[in-house]
Amino acid sequence: MALVDEIREIGRKYPDRRGALLPSLYLAQKEYGWLSQEAYETVSEALNLPPATVKGVATFYAMYRKKPMGRHLIQLCTNVACMVMGAERLVDLLKERYGLEPGGTTEDGRFSLVIMECIGACDRAPAMLVDTDFHSDLNETNIFEILEKYK
Amino acid sequence: MEKVLLKNIDNPDSATIKAYEAAGGYQSLKKALDLEPKKIIEEVKSSGLRGRGGAGFPTGMKWDFASRDPKFPKYLLCNADEGEPGTFKDRPILEKNPHLLIEGMIISAYALQAERGYIYLRGEYPHARDVLEKAIAEAYERGYLGENILGKGFRFDLSVHQGAGAYICGEETALIESIEGRRGQPRIKPPFPVNVGAWGMPTVVNNVETLANIPYIVEIGGEAYAKIGSSDCPGPKLYSISCCVEKPGVYELPMGTSLREIIYEHAGGIKGGRELKAVIPGGISTPVLTPDKIDTPMDFVSLPKIGSMLGSGAIMVFDDTVCLVRVCWRAMRFFEHESCGKCTPCREGTGWMRNILERIENGFGREGDIELLQDVALSISGKTFCPLGDGAANVVLSFIRNFPDEFEYHIKNKKCSAGEE
Repeated sequence: MALVDEIREIGRKYPDRRGALLPSLYLAQKEYGWLSQEAYETVSEALNLPPATVKGVATFYAMYRKKPMGRHLIQLCTNVACMVMGAERLVDLLKERYGLEPGGTTEDGRFSLVIMECIGACDRAPAMLVDTDFHSDLNETNIFEILEKYK
Repeated sequence: MEKVLLKNIDNPDSATIKAYEAAGGYQSLKKALDLEPKKIIEEVKSSGLRGRGGAGFPTGMKWDFASRDPKFPKYLLCNADEGEPGTFKDRPILEKNPHLLIEGMIISAYALQAERGYIYLRGEYPHARDVLEKAIAEAYERGYLGENILGKGFRFDLSVHQGAGAYICGEETALIESIEGRRGQPRIKPPFPVNVGAWGMPTVVNNVETLANIPYIVEIGGEAYAKIGSSDCPGPKLYSISCCVEKPGVYELPMGTSLREIIYEHAGGIKGGRELKAVIPGGISTPVLTPDKIDTPMDFVSLPKIGSMLGSGAIMVFDDTVCLVRVCWRAMRFFEHESCGKCTPCREGTGWMRNILERIENGFGREGDIELLQDVALSISGKTFCPLGDGAANVVLSFIRNFPDEFEYHIKNKKCSAGEE
């Protein structure tokens, strides 16, 4: 199904099709890899909303990608529980090993890193999402064993 | 205590409708659909159930307000935006016991005569989304959702609405804005969502854990439920405990269990046998406590008496190696990031507090910084639309009130005293 049709289909779940805006932005992000101008325009057309409205909503939310990302997105939590359990050291190590900084992408386009605000796994801290895969109980060794599986 | 909310979750198939039904699931729905909607609201009122999202508002009363509003359609929204740092209590329900939530929502919707429901799920829980979507599809197949549920003429449709990483959307009016496809900025109250909520219609927003209690209340009756745990806010409670304890995790215990019992009996005590230094009882927004306060019952009534709050029941335990200035700074970085920007005191104040805490933590603290922090915090408290600003102010005020020496040491010595023998 074309993206526009898929979005309109989601719109049926809501009394006003604007309700479909958040799910649509996820779909557009998946299709285009990030929320490019073209992505905004497709959502805008499908929901009959001004592109500025679509972009205005997208920029409010942390999990929409407003710039191109690497092949794999690492979302690492450094909030209080993860910090107490050593997440800050992991951020340093990602920089040392891959030259990867929070908000940045590796030169080879393999990884992007975003710092997450509480992943809701404080009992298994530190924790991260790689794309949509959840990984917990991270330490200085196993984080790289995990990441090396993402090529 | 017999497990109600986490019943059966050790079964690897617990998320399937088959396992749920085999353990007695959906029997309460069958019972409920033979009752008058008003009767269910009465049962929930008499149960004394108070909302588990943090505010502790009586659930039956909230339902009654929405039910009495003559406008239709009405909406039922489940707040699964569990974003309060330290909180992961709803995750086991969402990932391992989704049908308990779904059954609770169908019964609640019937009581409210709401025909449409959404589960507002935080974007950070992609696995829970998959589990919930599968469970909802199963419930449709079995005739528990959709038109003419169990042949009783009641219709209810339910779907998952995935958030996108905004803590503020856990605030109910921001959650409504977000479902409507807008930036998640809170609305001023009144009007309350029970009268003017999603798409301007009467709307009930309940937390996952609150809704998960409903099947049990229908099963045993409000009066019997009211006998569990604390008398003025009864029921089972999910406590999530993390940081410096031997066995962090989610524990289902009677409401009002003491912090001491949770930390030392259930969570195995302080990690490595170290010394307890500080406890946050209900998620990062709730005021921090000193170790002499841990005999307090963890409920909505007892914690305010000692200057804190139950919040989401998310206990964060810090031992003597943890720098509390750094905890405070990291918490403030969070609030600055998550402030929606609508109210000036919160938008500007959280950034200022983060800035001042950062310089203290980095060894550049100045004389007067503690007073300055308190001044900024008091300029936020009570001056914003929603409680995010109050939460940020709580952190600074309670950490300084309870641990003034630690802040003073940082400013005077340009370093931390934590972990020094």
